[in-house]
Parts: sequence; C-alpha cells; structure tokens
Amino acid sequence: MANFHLEAKDVNVWFGARHVLKNVNLQFPENQVTALIGPSGCGKSTFIRTLNRMHELIPGAGFAGEVLLDGKDIYGEAVDPVDVRIKIGMVFQKPNPFPTMSIKENVISGLKLSGISRPDAGDLVEQSLVRASMWNEVKDRLNDPAISLSGGQQQRLCIARSLAMDPDVLLMDEPCSALDPGSTRRIEETILELKESMTIVIVTHNMQQAQRISDRTAFFLAEDNTPGHVVEFGETQQIFYGPIDPRTNEYVNGRFG
Amino acid sequence: MSVPTQRKLLAKPARTADKIFFAVAKAAGYSSFVIIGLILFFLSIRAWPAFERQNILEFAFGTGWDNTLDPAVFNIGPMLWGSLLIAAIGVVIAVPMAISIAYFIEFLAPKPIAKTATVIVDLLAAIPSVVLGLWGLGVFTPVGAHWAQMLGDALGGFIPFLSNDTGTYLRSPFIASIVVAVMIVPLISSVTREIFSQVDKEIIKGALALGGTRESVLRRVILPTSAGGILGGVLLALGRAMGETVAIFFVLNLVFDEYNWFNLLEPQGGAIASLILARFGEATPEEVEALLAAGVVLFVITLIINAIASYIVQKAQPWRRD
Repeated sequence: MANFHLEAKDVNVWFGARHVLKNVNLQFPENQVTALIGPSGCGKSTFIRTLNRMHELIPGAGFAGEVLLDGKDIYGEAVDPVDVRIKIGMVFQKPNPFPTMSIKENVISGLKLSGISRPDAGDLVEQSLVRASMWNEVKDRLNDPAISLSGGQQQRLCIARSLAMDPDVLLMDEPCSALDPGSTRRIEETILELKESMTIVIVTHNMQQAQRISDRTAFFLAEDNTPGHVVEFGETQQIFYGPIDPRTNEYVNGRFG
Repeated sequence: MSVPTQRKLLAKPARTADKIFFAVAKAAGYSSFVIIGLILFFLSIRAWPAFERQNILEFAFGTGWDNTLDPAVFNIGPMLWGSLLIAAIGVVIAVPMAISIAYFIEFLAPKPIAKTATVIVDLLAAIPSVVLGLWGLGVFTPVGAHWAQMLGDALGGFIPFLSNDTGTYLRSPFIASIVVAVMIVPLISSVTREIFSQVDKEIIKGALALGGTRESVLRRVILPTSAGGILGGVLLALGRAMGETVAIFFVLNLVFDEYNWFNLLEPQGGAIASLILARFGEATPEEVEALLAAGVVLFVITLIINAIASYIVQKAQPWRRD
C-alpha cells in the first residue's frame, strides 16, 4: 500500500441544512497531479476547499470526516487552520493579486500575513518567480503594481505567491478558466514542473487540460438534488479511455455537463 | 482609396423626454457650484467691514473677543485652534471605534445582527446635535470629568497633554471631543462599512489562503485597499466636527483671550461655531460683522479640508483610476 501524502476520508460537507458532499474518499500521492472534474454544482470546488479548511469560512458550513496530511488530521482539535493553509497553498479561479502591493510585495505577502519572518526574502522573491516561470518577464519591474500585469501574469504571480510559502500541497481551483489559451499553456507547463516537488490537486472544467496535466482523475457528480459524490476515481488514462461507470463515459465524452 | 466623410453621431439627446431630463440633471449638477459660490460671496460681503477694520491674519490668529472695550476687540485665534483641536481629537477617538464597528458589521456579525447594528448606528447619526449636547451636559459631563480626573491623576505628571492644575475637570476640550466623537462615529463607520463591502472578496480569500489571520488580513489587505475611501469618510467627519455648534456649546468653556494649545483636560477651549452661537444673540452691529467674518473663515477652512479629502482619496487609490 502506497503512502499517500494527502488523503480525504469520508468527507461530508453541509451548508446549513443542505448536504452538498457525501462520503468522498480520495488519495493524493506525492509528486502527482490529481484532477477533479464534473459538471457545475457537483461539489468539486467545495471539496477542494475542505483540503485547506477554506470552506469553513463560509457561514453555516458543516463538515464530517477526516483530511490527513502526512497521516495527521488537519481538522484535529489542536490544529490551527492558519497553519494548515500555510502548508497547503491555494490558487483561485480569478487571479487575485493584492492591488495595493507591488509584484515583489505580492510574492512575499504570505510571509507578512502569517507573521513569518525570513531573512532571505529577496532570494525568495526570485526563487518563487522562477518556479512560477515568470522571473524573466518581471525581474526589471518588481516594484511595479501587481495589477499592471496581464491576467495570465497575475495568475502566475498568485502561483508564485503560494510557492513562496513553500507549501507541501498546491490546490488549484480552475486556475485557467479566466485565461487565454497561451497563458493556460504556460500555467500547465508550470504545473508539470511543480509536481516534481509537491502534490497538486486541480479542479478543471477542461477535459483536455485534465488529460494533459493530471496523473489521476476523480469524477464528481451530484444527481437530482442528491449530495455530490465521487463516481469514479483512477488513473487519468483509464478515466478517459476506459471508464467503468457509464456516467463517467458520458461526461468525459461531452454528452452532459 | 478615400475614406467616407464622418457621419453625425447622436452625442446629444434627440428625444424631448431625454432633453428635459438632461437639462434638469445638468442644472442640478451645476447648481451646487453656484450655491456654494453664492453663499461664500454674500457671507463675505456682509463680513467685509470686519476684514476692512483689521488685518485678516490678526483676526484669525489674534486673541480676545470683547465688545465692551473701546475699540472693541474681535479675534478668533483660540476659537479657530479649538475647533481644529477638538475635531482632531474627536476623530482620533472615533476612527478606531468606527472601523471596528464597520468590520464587525461587514465581516463578523451574523446577517440579522449586522442588519440591526447597521440601523442602530445610522440612528445614532440621526440624533439631533442639540439632544446630544443636552446628553453631554446632563449625563456625560460628570462621567467624562471623572474619567478625565483618573487620566490626569495617573498620567498628568509626565504627559503634558493630560496635566491640569485648575482643580476642575468639567467643560474641557477632552469632554467636547468625546461628544463630537459620538456624533461622527456613525458617519465614519457607515462610510467605512460601504468601502469594506466593496473590497473584492477574492482578495480576502486569497489572503486567508496564504495563512493570513483575521487581524493580519484586516491590517495588510483590507485596510490598505480601503484606505482612500476611509480617509475620505474621516475628512468628511472632520468637516462635520469643525462645524459642530450646539453640542460643543453645551459642554465646553469658551475662553477667548488665551490659547489652550494642548491641555486637553483643563476647562478652557474654543470652537468657532460655538462662538457664533454664544455671541450672536446680543451682538453689537460691529460684532455681527466680525461673527460673519468668523463664519467665512470656518467655511473656507472646511472647504480646504474637503478639497484635501477628495485629492487624497484620488491619490490614495491609484489602482482605481480609470
């Protein structure tokens, strides 16, 4: 039995009385990209937010189950959600750089926000921007406002900002859905480079993207007002070319969703 | 190949209803300039004799206000300084409170409580200032004097702002400032709440996902993003505080012939608006002109503060510039 870096066990989520996710069991091996796919409203974005305890910021959110990072439950009583989010970074659908900060300040903003001080902040800026493959584009304008960048650059800056925290896991919630094909391709290349050093979970609506970048794929579905659940989970090749469940087959072949 | 001649585009409204609507909106827009200009103009005309009798700098910064002397002395220095001092201290007290209230309503309170709190804070803004003045005189002054005495006893020895040798802690700038703060808290907090509600929720999520705490997200992301707007609200409140008349009149001992530079707890201070209220009833004709002149000075200073406010609001938010 392989050791999974991050593991969701019987994850259930409620918003108020509404049960939106039921008994999700997924394992995320180290140095692999796992794609979460499924039609809108199936709970995949909600699920990815449970992996770094972001969903609990929504008023009325409820949770049951366990999320284990290196075998330890991130919902444990002694665990501070702030520490969880430092170890498990997140990139959102819409690029959200901090508008009042420069490019450089954005990269190290996580340190300031979480109160971590690092003497090598200058190196960290370069290192993080290199890892997000945008150092050459911005090295001469580090003090420019972050919002002077294009949408694709802003999203890569947000990736760099997460990388500066040196996370073990990077969660990406449709990171390319607001971007043009060129920017999307560059981010996909970045993801493939990053997986060498971390575990990546990505929500995507783009079937081609899931096939291009992920090692494993989980298909989520919420049928007829029932809570979302995982229909099928396995190697990406298998999910797309030999799905076991007929619903997966219909979805990956574009018959609904 | 030649380019066809430019065609006439409908930059101006063609429909009658639109024309009427445009004209009304335009008139309303320009009337604000005209009204401010006219008020300043006629006030200045009535006040002009006072400015002719004495140098405007002496009038604005000199001390003493007495119509029994011959020639009478009309200088508003201590009043002008007092207006600024009380407004500034009031703002210093009000801002942290108002920001906390706005943060609570916008980000922490459950919906029903947030709605109720919003209504209550707005109601606070609707209390007539004469009522607040009476509250200040009848209810708050003894309490405030007690606080002032504790402050003075504890810190007066080494903080000059808080020393007081007069033996009484009543009717001081400190008490007036708190009354003013109560008046402007709702103003600042409702502006701040509005600004907070416009902060992009995605940015806040991003900050929390980076390991931000509630406090660091407020300090490093929400406040910098909304600083310009909040500052605008604060300066608006400063203008209101500068012009406050009745409430201060009730709780402050006006002293005309001496500056109280910074002894916040001593029972002597000034405020231009309260001076006008205090003297207008039994003023000599010459004194009325001086009071009008004081009004002009107050008006001009308030205009300057507001001009600075809008300048800062624009400068402070370069990312909002279109």
